[in-house]
Amino acid sequence: MAATDVTMRVWRGDAAGGEFKEYRVPAQEGMVVLDVVHTIQATQAPDLAVRWNCKAGKCGSCSAEINGKPRLMCMTRMNTFQPGEPITIAPVKTFPLIKDLVTDVSFNYEKAKAIPPLKLKPKEADGTRRMFQEDVDRVQEFHKCIECFLCQNVCHVIRDHEENKQWFAGPRLFVRLASLEMHPLDIADRSEFIKDHAGLGFCNITKCCTEVCPENIHITDNAIIPLKERVVDEYFDPVMWLLRKLKK
Amino acid sequence: MAADKYETHEYDVVVIGAGGAGLRAAIEASAQGVKTALICKSLLGKAHTVMAEGGIAAALGNVYSEDNWQVHFRDTMRGGKMLNNWRMAQLHAQEAPDRVLELEEWGALFDRTPDGRILQRDFGGHRYARLAHVGDRTGLEMIRTLQQHAVHKGIDVYMECNIQRLLIDGGRICGAFGYWRESGRFVLFKTKAVVVATGGGGKAWKFTSNSWEYTGDGITLATDVGADLIDIEMVQFHPTGMVWPPSVRGILVTEGVRGDGGTLKNSEGKRFMFNYIPDFFKAETADSEKEADAWYEDKKNRRTPDLLPRDEVARAINSEVKAGRGSPHGGVLLDIASRRSPDYIKKRLPSMYHQFKELADVDITKEAMEVGPTCHYFMGGVRVNADTAASTVPGLFAAGEVAAGLHGANRLGGNSLSDLVVFGRRAGLSAAEYAKASAGKLTIDLGQVEEVANTLLAPFNNNGGENPYTIHANLQDCMQNLVGIIRTEKELRQALEEIEKLKQRLKRVSVEGHRQYNPGWHLALDLHSLLSVSEAVTLAAIERKESRGGHTREDYPDPDPKFGKVNIVIRKKNAEWSLAQEPLSEMPDDLKVLFEEKK
Repeated sequence: MAATDVTMRVWRGDAAGGEFKEYRVPAQEGMVVLDVVHTIQATQAPDLAVRWNCKAGKCGSCSAEINGKPRLMCMTRMNTFQPGEPITIAPVKTFPLIKDLVTDVSFNYEKAKAIPPLKLKPKEADGTRRMFQEDVDRVQEFHKCIECFLCQNVCHVIRDHEENKQWFAGPRLFVRLASLEMHPLDIADRSEFIKDHAGLGFCNITKCCTEVCPENIHITDNAIIPLKERVVDEYFDPVMWLLRKLKK
Repeated sequence: MAADKYETHEYDVVVIGAGGAGLRAAIEASAQGVKTALICKSLLGKAHTVMAEGGIAAALGNVYSEDNWQVHFRDTMRGGKMLNNWRMAQLHAQEAPDRVLELEEWGALFDRTPDGRILQRDFGGHRYARLAHVGDRTGLEMIRTLQQHAVHKGIDVYMECNIQRLLIDGGRICGAFGYWRESGRFVLFKTKAVVVATGGGGKAWKFTSNSWEYTGDGITLATDVGADLIDIEMVQFHPTGMVWPPSVRGILVTEGVRGDGGTLKNSEGKRFMFNYIPDFFKAETADSEKEADAWYEDKKNRRTPDLLPRDEVARAINSEVKAGRGSPHGGVLLDIASRRSPDYIKKRLPSMYHQFKELADVDITKEAMEVGPTCHYFMGGVRVNADTAASTVPGLFAAGEVAAGLHGANRLGGNSLSDLVVFGRRAGLSAAEYAKASAGKLTIDLGQVEEVANTLLAPFNNNGGENPYTIHANLQDCMQNLVGIIRTEKELRQALEEIEKLKQRLKRVSVEGHRQYNPGWHLALDLHSLLSVSEAVTLAAIERKESRGGHTREDYPDPDPKFGKVNIVIRKKNAEWSLAQEPLSEMPDDLKVLFEEKK
């Protein structure tokens, strides 16, 4: 294998400001973007801040914007770029910058705290829980989420609108809400939360979240749209509306 | 007053580490009504548990009603070459089913049997299909379930916070001191009890399935305050890690591939595991391909040797490669493509399919995978009381991989996730009870804290010194080459010399930049633990002059019954290690019977 170099421009800086710096490191077969970042750390910029854990697309720590595309650095192979193509790595944009490639993602953890938790119906008469594979399949899709927050990052409701963050939970949390709502044994009612606190109505289903999901979760079709239908049924169906009035 | 100098928090129980064991411990401690904090080095939900693939072992008996805790207990002990703490193995086998059902109660959705119960899959060393699972991403399901449960219980979580030292008052735990990764500022926790749940130290090896977090922190936190370790020489090399391309070398390939029908082959296309069946497992292992294949359908047949315990398979692969029958990049072939349909493979092993496709350009439904051993798991670690998870230091508890005893000389696949929840719960419970009963005032020695703080900042003052990344890489080479799967006294002694040199170099380590989110500084600090743990492993490996489970000595190739009855104990006092051989506790007769009736 010929000893060639790869060149990468990496954002260096913090909330006060910064710039892209260019680094050149030797190429190795099969390298991913995260390998290049690690090589830069080990040889040229030991204080280059980056989050990572599993390096296998399972933990969702190393999200970044690679040539403008939100991706996991550990799952982006260097051979997907044209030889000589400039490669630029920037931190995800939607969350406040801490340093270099690391951002403050606490928004997502704060939103998760508010979600009404699972509430299971009573057990079967024999003391067991029975669920069938075909019923859990659709929820297992949501449980694949690795919380990389790339869907949150691309969602235009909050990407360029900091002011919307207080009203809006974002696609990751919609997936979480869908997983609870569609859990075969769950009996909690989250419609009001979804409508009034999670801000589902802000979403106008442009599918940006679905496109960037590294787990290929059909966020819009399988989570968001069914949730919207639930809210519509509950709040805007005249029969349901009347029933609710009568109950009160 | 120095006390005002640091951000300070006060708790009854502080849990360090937020993987499966730490989360479960924090949930339990909090449920007991004591003030509990959960501290983790990464973001919540990113701990190593997330990478566990195959499943969680529990004798639910959903697929084979013959299964029960006694069978699971027996499998665990035999898999561990009888070096296990029998009481831990018993509690684990008895309580694992309840812990799995509890996860379901908290929202986990395992794959289902046709009658709607939790499905269980075959794994190495388990007599019956026993692993509750979700495809091949069981760890993710487990950590997310525990994470969300902990969040809804309102437990205080300190993310990206790295604890560097435990603090002692009158021989008891009184606090923990560390730094915030984001700001680099120090933080002090006053606490009556600490649970360490920090995993192992596999990042000391070059080819490893472990992430950057696996620097042996809990082991070092414990030994730095005088706790005992046992059997720390027992390091598991998982037989199947990726070997190609170089950038992914070591990443785990789940044992589930073999559990679901995959088989190991050498470069001649031969299923070589039939040549490596040890006498210990002969009676229960198939000796023909026909019987091995029939076992998948009908457990009346004997099990395939592809699913022998991990130590056996790792050594076999090592031998095949050494004999020149390896794959192009120095591994062997793992073939499921020719044995199962593409649909089945994608359904059962979705993340393996994805991982090979994305990272190695290999379609595992069409081609064989190249695999080889990778450093995976510490069986040894902090010595604990089987029932309470208490270490030998009052107020210090340990659970999960950081604790020793359950797995003996070799861990069975699937027994780790169950370990986390069984002993995580017990550690949280015991720590809470200890904290409640704790009397008298605990005082933090602020002089001691100040000294630690100065030590942690020292790398900023060493200009032009050693690069922490280089020291780490040199340590990984040393451990890989000299303290690997096959060990000899000569090489182990050489490793000790290397480690000593690295320790000297660490004193001159320097870091660039400032304290805010500085990975070079973080690694420089983690090296204290990596080197300490590496030294302990190497010393204990010299002491155990036999081959057993994860510890194979070329100069002592056989198990020695004398060593089969002792733990290698290692402890640190005034920065000096001391070793001892101490007898295992005697198994009661009612359990001994389980090993006699089936020969």
